[in-house]
Amino acid sequence: MSTRLSRGGRLIDRSKPMNFTFNGKRLRGFAGDTLASALLGADQMLVGRSFKYHRPRGIVASGVEEPNALLGLGRGARFEPDQRATTTELFEGADTASQNHWPSLDFDVGVVNNWAYRFLPAGFYYKTFMFPRVAWKHLFEPVIRRSAGLGRAPVDRDGDRYEQAYAFCDVLVAGGGVAGLAAALQAARAGKRVMVLEQTPHWGGRAPVDGGTIDGKPVADWIKSAVQDLERMSNVTLRNRCMVAGVHDHGHVIGYERVADHTPGDGRPRHRLWRIRAGEIISATGAIERPLAFAGNDVPGVMLASAVRDYVVNFAVSPGDRTVIVTNNDDAYRTAFALIDAGLIVAAIVDARPSATGDLVQKARARGIRVLEGRGIAKVKGTKRVTGVQICAQAGEGAALEDIACDCVAMSGGWSPVVHLWSHCGGKLIWDEARACFRPDATRPPTGDQGQPMVRAVGAANGALTLPEVLADAGGPAADAPAEGPIAAVWVMPQGAPDALRFKAFLDYQNDVKVSDVQLAAREGYTSVEHTKRYTTLGMATDQGKLSNINGLAVLSDALGQPIPATGTTTFRPPYEPISFGAIAGEARGEIFQPLRRTPMHDWHASQGAHWEPVGLWRRPYCYLRTGEGLQDAVRREIRNTRNAVGLLDASTLGKILVKGPDAGRFLDMMYTNMMSTLPVGKCRYGLMCNENGFLMDDGVVVRLSEDSWLCHTTSGGADRIHAHMEDWLQCEWWDWKVYTANLTEQFAQVAVVGPNARKLLEKLGGMDVSKEALPFMTWAEGTLGGVRARVFRISFSGELSYEIAVPASEGMAFWTRFLEAGADLGVMPYGTEALHVMRAEKGFIMIGDETDGTVIPQDLGLGWAISKKKADYIGKRAQERSHMASPDRWQLVGLETLDGSVLPDGVHAAAPGHNANGQRNVQGRVTSTYFSPTLNKGIAMGLVHRGPARMGEVLDFPVGADKVVQARIVDPVFYDKEGEKGNV
Amino acid sequence: MLTLTCPYCGVKAEETELAPGGEAHLKRSGPGSSDEEFESYLFARKNPKGVHFERWRHSYGCGKWFLAARCTATLEVFGTYPAQTPAPTPDILAAIKAKRPEWEGYE
Ligand SMILES: [Zn+2]
Repeated sequence: MSTRLSRGGRLIDRSKPMNFTFNGKRLRGFAGDTLASALLGADQMLVGRSFKYHRPRGIVASGVEEPNALLGLGRGARFEPDQRATTTELFEGADTASQNHWPSLDFDVGVVNNWAYRFLPAGFYYKTFMFPRVAWKHLFEPVIRRSAGLGRAPVDRDGDRYEQAYAFCDVLVAGGGVAGLAAALQAARAGKRVMVLEQTPHWGGRAPVDGGTIDGKPVADWIKSAVQDLERMSNVTLRNRCMVAGVHDHGHVIGYERVADHTPGDGRPRHRLWRIRAGEIISATGAIERPLAFAGNDVPGVMLASAVRDYVVNFAVSPGDRTVIVTNNDDAYRTAFALIDAGLIVAAIVDARPSATGDLVQKARARGIRVLEGRGIAKVKGTKRVTGVQICAQAGEGAALEDIACDCVAMSGGWSPVVHLWSHCGGKLIWDEARACFRPDATRPPTGDQGQPMVRAVGAANGALTLPEVLADAGGPAADAPAEGPIAAVWVMPQGAPDALRFKAFLDYQNDVKVSDVQLAAREGYTSVEHTKRYTTLGMATDQGKLSNINGLAVLSDALGQPIPATGTTTFRPPYEPISFGAIAGEARGEIFQPLRRTPMHDWHASQGAHWEPVGLWRRPYCYLRTGEGLQDAVRREIRNTRNAVGLLDASTLGKILVKGPDAGRFLDMMYTNMMSTLPVGKCRYGLMCNENGFLMDDGVVVRLSEDSWLCHTTSGGADRIHAHMEDWLQCEWWDWKVYTANLTEQFAQVAVVGPNARKLLEKLGGMDVSKEALPFMTWAEGTLGGVRARVFRISFSGELSYEIAVPASEGMAFWTRFLEAGADLGVMPYGTEALHVMRAEKGFIMIGDETDGTVIPQDLGLGWAISKKKADYIGKRAQERSHMASPDRWQLVGLETLDGSVLPDGVHAAAPGHNANGQRNVQGRVTSTYFSPTLNKGIAMGLVHRGPARMGEVLDFPVGADKVVQARIVDPVFYDKEGEKGNV
Repeated sequence: MLTLTCPYCGVKAEETELAPGGEAHLKRSGPGSSDEEFESYLFARKNPKGVHFERWRHSYGCGKWFLAARCTATLEVFGTYPAQTPAPTPDILAAIKAKRPEWEGYE
């Protein structure tokens, strides 16, 4: 049993009991508990089932390295899966549940996998993918989906809020243990701006549990005074519950602060993501104890030796009445003393070393603890809980020497420095033979923007594993602790364990990877540690192999017959521990996920039933819905009204870039395929813009405002991109040309007045002569229209008589209202983007993004007329001279008319005879725009077809489903008013 | 996330303020150039492991394009300089040489 002891517990407050539930069972813990210590205190050792074999699993560790105790926490909008019980603080009313079992934690049918060890070996998934597809689909996947996976995803919208903050410092100390505190004091006393981030709620790390003296004081006293000193200094910021998740380029550090995980619903943000720019980063992240690989090392009750003493000392929790300690080093002996001091029984210390003689070993013997030298554990007995261990000779093959009854096994395979932060930006490691660990190589640190060392590791994170070494390494005062004897590099127990034992000796608990899996991978030819990792999934679970990686690569090295440093480690990547998506998103969700750009008439559209269409960061009315109308009804009404009376379009989103200067004409001749320098003042010209690769990237009407200035209209949403494109060429290629550009998009509201009554409407507003004679097609005039300063452009995107009128943005709404009032008896009605699109398609006008996709040149679209033959150069000209661009063998723009009048699905391909190398039908074209035309009362489409314009009248097959083919005839893309009489009035 | 100092406004800018623009000092090949020249201009990039000259725009700042000399392996920045130069300036070349004596030089 695991129980709460009647005395002790340095981190709990017995005066504040807290209620919580586990799988619906009501349990009790104390303020200061973690979920793990509270569960253990309530005798709940079994907390989950393993990922692959569904073996019962218990709590193994006491910190971030815990692989098993992942729980679902909370309900509804506060439900979160995969919360690590060892790092989650208990709070009143915590609602926890185990994961990955079916139907219940105690009885799980998935445990059948347990019998199938030999059928789920390393590389199971890869091997299974090689099976016939049908076997995967019907046999493996349903079973795996049912039984595998960690917690379930939340269903409700997250009920918490999150925030992000920025900070800057000279020295950032990651880790508030004794090494971090000592390093912080040193930097702070030198006048540096220091930030100290500690992932737990407590300062001092594990030193108070392990004991010793610093500066002649017990460690706890020294920690207290060090924290007080730091708190008093104005150049120091201390933050606990704040983990350094990652070290990134140029001293950029991500901190993850769990502000209110332990006080849910108190109104504070749950998590805060810190983006810190640090001059230097001190990695004082400590070390993590390694398990040992012996058969049954995953049975609930087998724990890390350090975790056992953490639970006893910090939380007054006894993981078991009778403990066997198994170790290859002296440090684990501290666990024996902690247990005995708490009145518990240590049945034996099983030491794999042939001879153990350190101070702690002597002390254990002196206290009458049974120490077995040169011994190992052959196997653990028990399934849901340890009942005993079988002892064998470490040097042998597992022959049982004796059985020892126990309900807890405390194991220690030595310590691995937490080198993650050192490694994130490329710091290199060396193998320390004496300490049997990888530690930072100070001669090859990660470097910053000036090539300077960016991270310094101190204390246990640097391989200094004893208290005196830690303080010396961190620049702190002298410390004292018992001298420790050398560790033995033991990874597997016993050394010659046969298959039967290796099949049950786990390396990675969370992903169920065993010693036998890594050995099998080596036999199958996996020699790279990175490949072995992916093949076996070792270290790929949510704990990222914090317990398993070093043991795994030691086993791999042994199987490959090479030293550990020759095998090397896998790559350490941020984040150090999983961080919440909420923290990453911060405040950017819902309405402020991204900025919304509004035209001056935006609110009016909303009040008139606008159905919105996102266009870049703008939102434009797709159509205006009237009571009882569907989208299609509204679009057709708007089109008919525009073609028969007069429609209003809010065209304010069109990009408007002013290009001005003595060299502006010359510059625009390079930007556009057409000649813009010769455009007379007062005239408009439709222009095409290509990129240097020759492909069409934007189009729009260019207006000559004056001798030295042009106004370039771009597509809606394209203004920023095109403005940047212009600036790029001006600044980086033709920097001596005298040209200025300004993006005026938001300075003007623009209204398109379209339809046979358009001129009458403008005349009703009055103030400008907009007659055919005074303002012919493709000209513009400036004046006062309806009392508002306006530029009137006689241009059309619908084929109708049409004016686009720009007025200052501040007067846009008033101007719009004036049209509505004046036009009531002319049938004025607003229309949206869908009506705009249908009307332009009826006229065969192309749309950037529909007819173009970054692989289309203007020549493909019948726009050769807009490409100047006279110009020596323009952006894209050279590219268009390439043989395959000039070839007639391209897909080119045509109209498509279905034989049955139906509307072709968007994007469908025209079939061609034969099949390609992948067994797919060959294709000879595709649909780029397709609509129902209310004007023509039938489906119309545009598409790109191989040599299309030369194939007028030909009928193509468009497969639109499994067995359905729609036939369409190649026609002229101009479906409506081919002669252009409508607009020429 | 890199920091680069904009040579125009002097701001030490976070990478989120900047837009990358690929290799610097490309020589434009227009009409009349050979296929090989044009291919080299449009597609062939040095992509070195080591000293690299590249274009950045201070997009969310002053809006100016500038150039940076940077080590692609260690991210060490040797300097930033205005875009209005067809080749690395003597100053920037000297700064690189001082840090990387073994560097073979520009082209
Ligand atoms: Zn700038």
